[in-house]
Amino acid sequence: MPEFGSIPVPATQTGTPQPKTGGTLEPATVPAAVAAPPSEVRKYLREQSSGAAIDSTFAGLMVVCALSVIFIVLLIVFVLVANSKLSIHAFGWKFFGSSNWDPVNGSFGALPFIYGTVVSSMLALVIAVPLSIAVAIFVLDICPLPLRGPIAFLTELLAAIPSVVYGLWAVFVLVPIVRDQLGPWLVKTLGWTGFFAEPNFGVGILTASLILAVMIFPVICSISRDVMRAVPSSQREAALALGATRWEMIRMSVLRNARIGIVGAVILGLGRALGETMAVTMVIGNHPDITKNLLNPAHTLASVIANEFSEATGDLYLSALIEIGLALFLVTIVVNAIARLLVWAVTRNSARATA
Amino acid sequence: MSTPPNNPPNPSQTPSVPTPVASMPTPVASMPGTAAPQSGLNSISLPPRSAQTENWLKRRRFATDMTVTGLSILSTAVVLLPLVAILGYLLFKGASSLNWAFFTRVPAPVGQSGGGMANAILGSGVILGLASLIGIPLGIGAGVFLAEYGRGGVFGNIVRFTADVLNGVPSIVMGIAAYALIVAHQHHFSAFAGGVALAIMMVPTITRTTEEMLATVPSSLREAAFGLGVPKWRTILSVSLRTASPGIITGCMLAFARVAGETAPLLFTALGNQFWSAKLNQPIAALPLQIFVYAESPYDEWHRLAWAGALVLIVLIMVSVTLVRIFANRGVLKGGQ
Amino acid sequence: MGVDIKVQDLNAWYGPVHTLKDVTLHIPANNATALIGPSGCGKSTFVRCLNRMHETTANARAEGSVMMGNLDVYKDASPVEIRRRIGMVFQRPNPFPTMSIYDNVASGLKLNGYRKRKVLDEVVERSLKQAALWDEVKDDLRKKSGASLSGGQQQRLCIARALAVDPEVLLMDEPASALDPVSTSKIEDLIFHLKTQYTIVIVTHNMQQAARVAEQTGFFLTGKLVEFAATHKIFTSPSDKRTEDYITGRFG
Repeated sequence: MPEFGSIPVPATQTGTPQPKTGGTLEPATVPAAVAAPPSEVRKYLREQSSGAAIDSTFAGLMVVCALSVIFIVLLIVFVLVANSKLSIHAFGWKFFGSSNWDPVNGSFGALPFIYGTVVSSMLALVIAVPLSIAVAIFVLDICPLPLRGPIAFLTELLAAIPSVVYGLWAVFVLVPIVRDQLGPWLVKTLGWTGFFAEPNFGVGILTASLILAVMIFPVICSISRDVMRAVPSSQREAALALGATRWEMIRMSVLRNARIGIVGAVILGLGRALGETMAVTMVIGNHPDITKNLLNPAHTLASVIANEFSEATGDLYLSALIEIGLALFLVTIVVNAIARLLVWAVTRNSARATA
Repeated sequence: MSTPPNNPPNPSQTPSVPTPVASMPTPVASMPGTAAPQSGLNSISLPPRSAQTENWLKRRRFATDMTVTGLSILSTAVVLLPLVAILGYLLFKGASSLNWAFFTRVPAPVGQSGGGMANAILGSGVILGLASLIGIPLGIGAGVFLAEYGRGGVFGNIVRFTADVLNGVPSIVMGIAAYALIVAHQHHFSAFAGGVALAIMMVPTITRTTEEMLATVPSSLREAAFGLGVPKWRTILSVSLRTASPGIITGCMLAFARVAGETAPLLFTALGNQFWSAKLNQPIAALPLQIFVYAESPYDEWHRLAWAGALVLIVLIMVSVTLVRIFANRGVLKGGQ
Repeated sequence: MGVDIKVQDLNAWYGPVHTLKDVTLHIPANNATALIGPSGCGKSTFVRCLNRMHETTANARAEGSVMMGNLDVYKDASPVEIRRRIGMVFQRPNPFPTMSIYDNVASGLKLNGYRKRKVLDEVVERSLKQAALWDEVKDDLRKKSGASLSGGQQQRLCIARALAVDPEVLLMDEPASALDPVSTSKIEDLIFHLKTQYTIVIVTHNMQQAARVAEQTGFFLTGKLVEFAATHKIFTSPSDKRTEDYITGRFG
């Protein structure tokens, strides 16, 4: 027989207490003069509907909003394709292989713009990526704590500055620098490579690449920082415990583990650079040329649309520009999708590893 | 983590890569200054290193570390330089151009001084108001759907993915779409088209932030409301949205600040307008648009206005970013309980 | 006044997992009934089936009959309507952080559209008094948020909130498990008083608590109701060996 003498059993446990009648309440702590009979509340709630109809309507409304997101994208795709048809039929794939952009005579070839886009984006990456990673490392590992907040804030600010303001600054500050100082110096020292030659007006691929580098830096830097931060500290500590210097620790554990994510960040920056319009339009010279000379004016896919769309005469001209827009759309979607996949894979895996 | 394979260190190569853990030989053999390694004990045998090599290695590693540290500090300075330069230059040029006339007058005829960008400020206000009116409800609605109804489903994932895709689309493509959808059919440019272009840019950002903020609301709060017999729609409105509201407002402000500076989508939708106009079906001026036009123009007076306009834009955005940070910090504390 | 609850052959599943198996019992009106058992035995699932809260979880399913008085809980009313009549207090206090104390207590009414200010004031006061919280918060009703109280006070606030809608049954899922001993004893006192007005079902893993407050006790084990009898009997002369093993602490 279990011993239960020590467990106190309430004195009232001898049977069901008789239910009290009426609506008055008499818990010991309540004074008798409590007002409204509770039954009004019960009555009200009993009469309330369960709200099923409103629930369905509300849910339906939310579904409509969610559908609108999909609808918007589909609409954009549809509109782009439908309006490019004319140009696609006229030129086919040669559109992207021909460098003859001649609106006056009705022949359109997009190669110069592809060239300009690719070269300026690549050059911007070459400049921005090492700097971004260096700054990310700095903020994560080297920077003294009180500085971290302000630098992060500054990076956020950099990311928030609109393209047209960057363009404005580039036009009045960067272009003169390239024209009067940087350009001539490059021609003098590296002119033999063929990449830098006269004439130099200050506008061209180089200038565009420089301002693009400034613009994509915040994206690459902050995502690299997130990805590097996601490396579990046990990895860093393991390296340090082996006697690695700080740089060795970073290279061995952080960079090695985070490299997929950093690649993702870089591709994300590429995606931004490909689609950047305003600042590029203002400093690239708007001249559909394909040359090795980085100081030469050029054009990108985005800047030709910005420049010529509102003055495009004729359906074919418009259609050609819209086809360029379609190409830009598809390319940036693919690039962004790849980038997000990479970043997601890395942060997800490390989240699992640390969980 | 899998350690990538490394060749065993060979003293004749420059051993700047320290041996990763996996291929580290047993301690005895790798101790500096040891005599000939014991044969038969390891498959990897290190020839002994002289004290001189040892010192040289140490100094080299130290030097690399210092160099890299220095480089990254330098990079940070170099990178922050354009920002400081831009801001400084803007303040310098913009402040001197900023006067009351800027906010109250329309642009003066070419060549005359004393004009302003009042019409552009008004125009931006109109377009942004329209964009917010369309974009914020759609975005919040989609976010509510994702967080409260579509948590695990396929449809929810499709919407999420689509929102991310939409985020990455270049803004000029949005402009083309709005042009083809609205301007082409109406045969004229309009503020309405510009507003729509900006609205579809706001939707994905607001959707994602709304969903994320709603996900931070603990499910115990929703349970409490259900337990009281509160229907789902009322729970979402009065409990979920209310608790997450600081974060959601933050998201909306972020989206607003982002589209406030967008120019490309307005180039061939709103087009711009030299005169005072607030009509929705007419071309309308907008601040970033005007800055672009003036910057490209050959007139000094208009350049001055462009600088002033840029300063106003930047101040607006800086205020938004700062407010967002304040809200975000407070919101996290309040909404996450 | 409270009503009784008759449960007949209740089965419940979370996805493929059969969490409740053929549970049949009768919870008398105006009594406190305790449900005890080791972790994962289904007692929480059981009470959640009583007010259909299990339906808020995806993939949850229940079969069987639950009668509240003359009302079939599953067939005669919607979950929302049922939950206005069967209230619930959860394991962890969950007051609404964006609402004041007053609004928290009144939330069951206000969120269902009730507007009459005077009645709300009275209901809030009554509920807080019933929950033995009135004296501590009466000066800060609208000034302090629900989340600014201590853990024990928050739980009493949640009890007041549940009482404000004047339910017929009050379900309490381990209401004191997250609280310190002083708060726990306060809440047990509450239950003592409340059971004269409402039918109370309290899930607890604390056997002494069950012995202190409840007239009936049910012992659950792996989804089955092993024994259901007067508390006194369960703790002094249980009929089933498994009950005896649990009570003497041989497992769980």
